[in-house]
Amino acid sequence: MNTRLLPFYATLLICVLLYAVCVIQFPNMLSTRVLGNLLTDNAFLGIVAVGMTFVIISGGIDLSVGSVIAFTGVLIAVLVTQHGMHPLPAFAIALVFATVFGAAMGAIIHYLNVPAFIVTLAGMFLARGLCFVLTTQSIPINHPFYTALQGLYWRMPGGGRLTFIGGLMLAVFVAGIIIAHFTKFGSYVYAIGGNRTSAELMGVPVARTTIGIYALSGFLSGLAGIVFSLYTSAGYSLSAVGVELDTIAAVVIGGTLLTGGVGYVAGTFFGVLIQGIIQTYIVFDGTLSSWWTKIVVGILLFAFIALQRVLVFVSERRIAGGARA
Amino acid sequence: MSYLKRMMMTTAAAVAFAGAAGAADLTVGFSQIGSESGWRAAETSVTKQEAEKRGVDLKIADAQQKQENQIKAIRGFIAQGVDGIFVAPVVATGWDAVLGEAKDAEIPVILLDRTIETSDPDLYLTAVTSDTVHEGKVAGDWLVKTVGDKPCNIVELQGTVGSSPAINRKKGFEDGIAGHDNLKIVRSQTGDFTRSKGKEVMEGFLKAENGGKNICALYAHNDDMAVGAIQAIKEAGLKPGTDILVVSIDAVPDIFKAMADGEANATVELTPNMAGPAFDALKEFKDNGKAPPKWIQTESKLYTQADDPMKVYEEKKGLGY
Repeated sequence: MNTRLLPFYATLLICVLLYAVCVIQFPNMLSTRVLGNLLTDNAFLGIVAVGMTFVIISGGIDLSVGSVIAFTGVLIAVLVTQHGMHPLPAFAIALVFATVFGAAMGAIIHYLNVPAFIVTLAGMFLARGLCFVLTTQSIPINHPFYTALQGLYWRMPGGGRLTFIGGLMLAVFVAGIIIAHFTKFGSYVYAIGGNRTSAELMGVPVARTTIGIYALSGFLSGLAGIVFSLYTSAGYSLSAVGVELDTIAAVVIGGTLLTGGVGYVAGTFFGVLIQGIIQTYIVFDGTLSSWWTKIVVGILLFAFIALQRVLVFVSERRIAGGARA
Repeated sequence: MSYLKRMMMTTAAAVAFAGAAGAADLTVGFSQIGSESGWRAAETSVTKQEAEKRGVDLKIADAQQKQENQIKAIRGFIAQGVDGIFVAPVVATGWDAVLGEAKDAEIPVILLDRTIETSDPDLYLTAVTSDTVHEGKVAGDWLVKTVGDKPCNIVELQGTVGSSPAINRKKGFEDGIAGHDNLKIVRSQTGDFTRSKGKEVMEGFLKAENGGKNICALYAHNDDMAVGAIQAIKEAGLKPGTDILVVSIDAVPDIFKAMADGEANATVELTPNMAGPAFDALKEFKDNGKAPPKWIQTESKLYTQADDPMKVYEEKKGLGY
């Protein structure tokens, strides 16, 4: 068996086991309603996690995503509610801004050779600060177009709802899988993450790809911001605080190596679901402190990092052994 | 340790009463903001007590100050098919979609402690909140009655500048003493709702008013500032509660201790019991189909030294303030 796939299978197994445990304790959790909620409630997290998967596979990190989500939400709310703009052009402006923002960070990371951690940290403060320049209040969005989008859902058998934003997240995951595994850009991302120098020597356009990766992450953060504003029908400067860390956790639990080069977009999907299932369990139980979500996610993160180290160690041994033979 | 114990107890309870869970006649989900202040923690524990008193199966989700967590929790409650949902909303906007889902599922929603901005007031059954203007008025009325016809110079410690409780408690107090020309607010400054700032500002007041000899009463917008000010009065060589009357708002445990010692005179309670009236309204609605008024105002109860402050202190101590 391919050892690279092992973390992915581990994620899948944990996800299924976790859900099984929940269903045994609360049979109500085996309903399409809960499934629909999992997709809807985690839509913004899932979308932004797809972008983060590319960033982490390339060996980087993007800490700005939470702030960009908040900023796009506030920007859209200001444009729609205070300036009477139709949501569609507001969406376009927000997406262009978020993409350019990400691309600029990618350019700084590549050309100035600054660690992604620092550049995106600066981006995080910048975007969060910009929110407060626009407004300090929570602005409601009451546009008929918003109401229409929110009312758009497919009723699953059993009363669950596959909402527009839930479906959008699934579409983004499918697109992410196609980009990662069936395009040149995708293979460049894996190559840079595996070994940047040899990728360069092989003729991978590192500059273009790096900028592309962060632009993609920026674009998806912007899209997540739109989804978040649909989710709450409001723009609020303090929303999505700490989402970047939840996102990184989802990606790592999904089996992507923090050192880059290895990972699957599909794994991230289950990483997001695992977090959602834990939260749902805690709500169903109703007596546990919600901080248990963080504790369990912390334990899972640690377990996955340990598992990855073991796998890397084993495969290095195998390569060394192979060389000797 | 306590978490572990609770975990074990929960598991044991789940195993033992797996079948009996449906026995409670009412299941209510409560989406709480978090535990950012002592009052909020007390609200959570009182809600638990009130639920237990009525045999309600209560499910609490702590949102850690995040709206997205509250929305998730509400959706979770809907999926579980609870009989009612209580929400203490962290922000005023952005509830239409999820409350619409609750409405479609015919689950009544009751807002606790804060209200929301919405175009459709049918999304919630009722809101249980206190009236901060009224709180100030209760404090003012008490002072008017206590002072009688004597002239009285009042100093006021305001809450955080621009915050709505500070504005409303000031207004309410002024309403309360209006028409009694013997009562005059001579100085009014912000103490930021904190103990240390309350003490500092009171020291300034005492110096400015002839060592405190010109001051007859102190009105503080919350108990914490009053407790700080009591310290300052004592350090100035005066007797708080006797030389200077002390009246404040909130009714946290420490002010009862001060009242028992005779150092504070009165406090107006901002009750942490928002859930009690909410449970009653929900039950009435479920049993008789009678919708409560859109706003249920909680009682702003006045406590004085005559109300056995030590007993109240003991009762409140364990609530998590």
